[in-house]
Amino acid sequence: MTLFIEQCLNGLQFGLLLFMLAAGLTLVFGIMDLVNLAHGSLYMVGAYFAATFAAWTGSFVLGAILALGATLMVGMAVEVIAMRRLYGRDHLDHVLGTFGLILFFDEAVRLIWGPEGLSLPLPSWLNRSIQILPGFQYSAYKFSIIVVTLVVAGFLYALVMRTRIGMLIRAGASNREMVGALGVNIKLLYTLVFGLGAALAGLAGLMQAPILTVQIGMGENILILAFVVTVIGGIGSVRGALVAALLVGFIDTLGRAYLPNILNAILSPEAASTAAPALSSMLIYLLMAVVLIVKPEGLFAAGQK
Amino acid sequence: MNAPLLKVEKLAKRFGGIVATDDLSLEVGTGDLHAIIGPNGAGKTTLIAQLSGQLRPDTGHIRFDGRDITALPMYKRNRRGLARSFQITSLFLDLSVLDNVALAVQAHAGHSFRFWGNARRDAALREPARAALEQVGLIDRADRPAAALSHGEHRLLELAMALAGKPRMLLLDEPMAGLGPEESSRMVDMLRALKAKFTILLVEHDMEAVFALADRITVLVYGRVIASGAPDDIRANEQVREAYLGDAEEGVVS
Amino acid sequence: MMPALTVRNIVVAVLLVALALLPLYAQLAHDRFLLTLFTRIVILAMAAVSLNLILGFGGMMSFGHAAYLGIGGYAVGMLAHEHVYSGFVQWPVALGASALFALVIGALSLRTRGVYFIMITLAFAQMAYYVVSGIARYGGDDGLTIYKRSQFVAPLDLSNKTQFYYVCLVLLFGAIYLVWRLINSRFGLALQGIRSNELRMRAIGFPTYRYRLTAFVIAGTLCGLAGALLANHTDFVSPAMMYWTRSGDLIIMVVLGGMGSAIGPVIGAVALLVLEETLSGITEYWQIILGPLLLLVVLFARGGIDGLLMKVGRRQDDEVRS
Repeated sequence: MTLFIEQCLNGLQFGLLLFMLAAGLTLVFGIMDLVNLAHGSLYMVGAYFAATFAAWTGSFVLGAILALGATLMVGMAVEVIAMRRLYGRDHLDHVLGTFGLILFFDEAVRLIWGPEGLSLPLPSWLNRSIQILPGFQYSAYKFSIIVVTLVVAGFLYALVMRTRIGMLIRAGASNREMVGALGVNIKLLYTLVFGLGAALAGLAGLMQAPILTVQIGMGENILILAFVVTVIGGIGSVRGALVAALLVGFIDTLGRAYLPNILNAILSPEAASTAAPALSSMLIYLLMAVVLIVKPEGLFAAGQK
Repeated sequence: MNAPLLKVEKLAKRFGGIVATDDLSLEVGTGDLHAIIGPNGAGKTTLIAQLSGQLRPDTGHIRFDGRDITALPMYKRNRRGLARSFQITSLFLDLSVLDNVALAVQAHAGHSFRFWGNARRDAALREPARAALEQVGLIDRADRPAAALSHGEHRLLELAMALAGKPRMLLLDEPMAGLGPEESSRMVDMLRALKAKFTILLVEHDMEAVFALADRITVLVYGRVIASGAPDDIRANEQVREAYLGDAEEGVVS
Repeated sequence: MMPALTVRNIVVAVLLVALALLPLYAQLAHDRFLLTLFTRIVILAMAAVSLNLILGFGGMMSFGHAAYLGIGGYAVGMLAHEHVYSGFVQWPVALGASALFALVIGALSLRTRGVYFIMITLAFAQMAYYVVSGIARYGGDDGLTIYKRSQFVAPLDLSNKTQFYYVCLVLLFGAIYLVWRLINSRFGLALQGIRSNELRMRAIGFPTYRYRLTAFVIAGTLCGLAGALLANHTDFVSPAMMYWTRSGDLIIMVVLGGMGSAIGPVIGAVALLVLEETLSGITEYWQIILGPLLLLVVLFARGGIDGLLMKVGRRQDDEVRS
């Protein structure tokens, strides 16, 4: 039972992390109509910055904050230098252009930090278990990820739904010309939105860094999961991204944890051990296929895009 | 009037509380050019959409050549010989003019799971396509990309695509819309020539053109037929003058 | 009809002749690596040609095309692992498996449009990648070495590098010819009509989904053949064959070469792989140049090399160029 609770919390943590990525992806698509494959690169950059700054300052938290700021700056710089020129082009151009950016980022990281990868050690106050329920211990760090991502998700909701910038974001998504006509600096708005997406990706990357190793290509695998989340949730919908991210997080985590046992009960041990890894990595794609059959536009399709 | 080719019986269509087509009956005789006129919002485009199969009526029947086609989808009506040209130009802009029309021919030539023969040298497709372009006077533009044509030429190309399926009846939705005076008169000449070969249902705002071309005219107001008859009868009809032509003189109808 | 003597046609002809004579040159120059490089180029060119059928002529922005390379490759690899070496078994299985995968993936993905389609094809291809990585019997992550190449009847010996190169080249020419016939057929015209204006195609009576799916399956099958060749070329298969960046490479080849013609992707494949080879000779960090270069091509040179050559030449004929 405790194991099951732990796996559920892991699923929640992973799902929220995916949400950080998918939210940026879906915001940028919904507002600028831009497909950004290089989103995963910003996740990677966030992780590398965090590992570096934490080593420099000697403080995990300070390193994380600096990394967040730095990723935001990188994101805005990328928008000003490259992305801006891609708005209004067709999706093939987006895919190719941002694919070029991935190559650039991967190689730049290799040039700066070397090919080996880094590790980001946790401070002792996070590197332990805490009792979050009577008689139930859970990793303090993973628990703090859940807390931080929930706070950020709340902040994001408040930003989009309650503030003037959020109003512009929502208006910009449905009517570019109108927002422009209101005298809003739409270029700046786009830069900020892209920067926000980058910061969210960077946050996800730096939070994941102590759990996984920081390495080149780390952003690409998770980017594809973020795509799956976006497709399931409906492109352009932040709420859909949240629901789908949690769904994917739970199914992937629980599938990997319990599918081998379930298969063992049904199949011969040999067949089960062959099928389990393949099948558990297929689960979320099967989920996506089912969603596509039932609702081709995703669970929370935003408009007719 | 000749024997009816198209027969509309008690057609009705509502959108929420708005009645777009109200108990509408209509007959178009074989070989006639039958024009539908009416002020904006009279339900002309909605009617065309129901005749072509784009919209399904709530009640009523549409018979074409004696057979009930009310439930047929658009492309099946098209295959029976009821061709529509679109009010909004909807072409294959990156293909050549000839390819555009040839695709319309191909649509009527059975399935297209033919993988080997060169369709661009297939006389069964190209000859009818060229003939249709000849008819609308675009033959010298055949090899240009459709995107390179002017707005007026796009309308002619639309017409050629409708003709390509060897239709028995054309549904023309405002073929003059957006045309300059010179292009308009070219289109009127074209329609006059087509009139001899096809049954035509014409929706048009250009009164001069309508009265010059039509054998019969039906006047719609708020989805209802208020008058139907020969052009002279319509011109003389008091109700029409009040409800419609009277307005036109005051400039409500452009 | 005789092809006209345009700059573009001359360049294409020179390229084809150069490809045909390459083994001769490699032998004279004692450059074995050149032959290996160009065998690889020819195989990937074939994959790009197949992708172009759906991307260039069908307007389907598939980001999962490398999956068929992997599936075709693994069909050969797995069968060889089970001691089935006959090419008459291996290759049809490679084609059949690719076709089946394309049918299932296509049937699902083609229900969607635009960005969804890009992301979904990408995701399904990545699923195939993870599945293969998880099968321990066939090497999992580490891949699978192939000890014997596909075996055909007596004089044909795929382990002979020159012979193998010519097999690949003949199949590439065959693939180009096939695609050229397809795009000029009624089917191909319908496909291009759908790319241009799907709503109108439906309105005039084309069941567009079926045509799109058929093209998707043909392209996947053809790419599966390229996969079978690639496995024989490297004597090794691994999940990396179908990693998503490989799908990206194929798209680059198609766009770089030009999407308007059946042969464009060959130009693109040669250009990209030779460029990679050259850049990696200059610096270890060559992708730091390639990446921004790609962005520049997207921003300033759409239409690809083939498009540029067309601009240099003047005449444009009625035919879709071969």
